[in-house]
Amino acid sequence: MNPPTSNQQGVSVQVRGLHKSFDGQEVLKGLDFDVQAGEIFVIMGPSGSGKTVLLKHLIGLEQPDAGDVLIQGQSIQSPEVMGRFRMAMVFQSGALLSSLTVGENVGLYLSEHRLMPASEIARIVAEKLEVVGLKGTEDKMPNELSGGMKKRVAIARALVIEPQLILYDEPTSELDPLSAVVVAEEILHLQERIRVTSLVVSHDRDLAFGVADRMAVINEGRILTIGTPEEVRRNPDPLVQQFLRADFKHSNERKEHEKHA
Amino acid sequence: MFQNVGEMLVLFFRTLAALPLAWRQRQKVADQFFEIGNASLLMVCILSFFIGSVIALQTGPLLVEHGLASYVGGVVGYSICRELAPVMMAILIAGRIGSSMAAEIGSMRVYQEIDALRTMNINPIHYLVLPRLIALSAALPLLVIFAILVGWLGGAFVCVANTRIEISFAAFLSALRDVVEISDVANGVFKSFVFAVIIGVVSCHQGLITRGGPRGIGRSVTKAVVNSIVLIVIFDYLLTRALQK
Ligand SMILES: Nc1ncnc2c1ncn2[C@@H]1O[C@H](COP(=O)(O)OP(=O)(O)OP(=O)(O)O)[C@@H](O)[C@H]1O
Ligand SMILES: [Mg+2]
Repeated sequence: MNPPTSNQQGVSVQVRGLHKSFDGQEVLKGLDFDVQAGEIFVIMGPSGSGKTVLLKHLIGLEQPDAGDVLIQGQSIQSPEVMGRFRMAMVFQSGALLSSLTVGENVGLYLSEHRLMPASEIARIVAEKLEVVGLKGTEDKMPNELSGGMKKRVAIARALVIEPQLILYDEPTSELDPLSAVVVAEEILHLQERIRVTSLVVSHDRDLAFGVADRMAVINEGRILTIGTPEEVRRNPDPLVQQFLRADFKHSNERKEHEKHA
Repeated sequence: MFQNVGEMLVLFFRTLAALPLAWRQRQKVADQFFEIGNASLLMVCILSFFIGSVIALQTGPLLVEHGLASYVGGVVGYSICRELAPVMMAILIAGRIGSSMAAEIGSMRVYQEIDALRTMNINPIHYLVLPRLIALSAALPLLVIFAILVGWLGGAFVCVANTRIEISFAAFLSALRDVVEISDVANGVFKSFVFAVIIGVVSCHQGLITRGGPRGIGRSVTKAVVNSIVLIVIFDYLLTRALQK
């Protein structure tokens, strides 16, 4: 397909001094980082550390209390930015429109912005659904799908946009290992194909270390470390190591011990 | 409720500004339009028939007793078309349609569907509010015209059947024609158009500002209905005052 922006490359993202509180509770406590155009940047961190809130700021769904987000040098808060760059977000919950079929959901961006005729949209929708392993589900309603299927439909919906910036919120959290690999491959593939800038929020260490060009670990609204996967792995900060090493082999061993005792 | 009046005005003017895009959304307008008709036509029918009947029942015997039988048709016809049909139908629609608009948009809000629209650079006002507002402000006046006719029929039915009134259908109709002019019907229909805008704006606004989970949706629905009805009654007075002959 040849949408007007397919030859455009990914956009850079700069986050400057981002602060956000909800009802007096400070969730983002001053975040600064840059994501280069065309890079896959992974954000890891424990639950409740503010990853989703951060992503929402990156695409203009939340207004920061202080600081700014620059997309290709332009503040996300200026109204024309959303129209100028193609951006997409894969929500943690999928966020499919429950009143539309799967096919309509996936094609929504193209049909609402009248980018191509219906037959062409149908072709692309089928193609993207096949990519995420959901061939032929066009006519299902979202409430007939499992959590993981919804997530994959949401990914298909984002792929259709051929975005310059794509934000994934826990893209593999509800997927079986096989689908998780497919999604990881698609994240890489999309980057190779259209040089999209990808931000991936995930707890999934396999995914994170598998796809990241660079990564950051955040905790309680602050960045603990930022760098290439190797640098992060070597970071001596105990919090970082704890997070990267956490494993439940421990508890299994304990159970074994208990059995023997 | 009044802290939201400013926000509702903003929503209203934003929707007005989006009117040129209405043609693009025609499919959604049509869907909404038929949904409204489907959901309310039967109730409109029943409600307006009985309103007409009860007005005839209340006023008929009294007027007949005083030798004013020739006025019954006029009183019933006039009050239905200028007041009762537009107000009662608006209240019915606030309860039936306003509530479901608030619930639908509210749940889209809570389940992040509206966020998803915004990330796709789809304006929720264009996508959700505009079609609903257009459909409602077309549907309610039509329903009111229908309700006026059915209401008259209900009044006539009681006048013919009730032994304390006993006016013939033809006499009822000619009395009605003597009093009610086409401008009276237009007056009622115009009112209902304003009420439709009120219901649409209040309900969509409540939907869009929904917070929290299912309980938040419930709260929005209640507020949408109650606020719509309060505003309908207030505007009914103001419009009646402004449009008095
Ligand atoms: N709209 C909101 N209103 C109030 N508090 C919020 C809101 N959104 C997020 N929070 C709070 O901000 C904190 C961070 O939330 P966030 O959703 O970003 O976590 P997360 O890192 O994405 O966690 P998870 O990995 O579980 O998804 C939480 O304590 C949450 O309660
Ligand atoms: Mg999250």
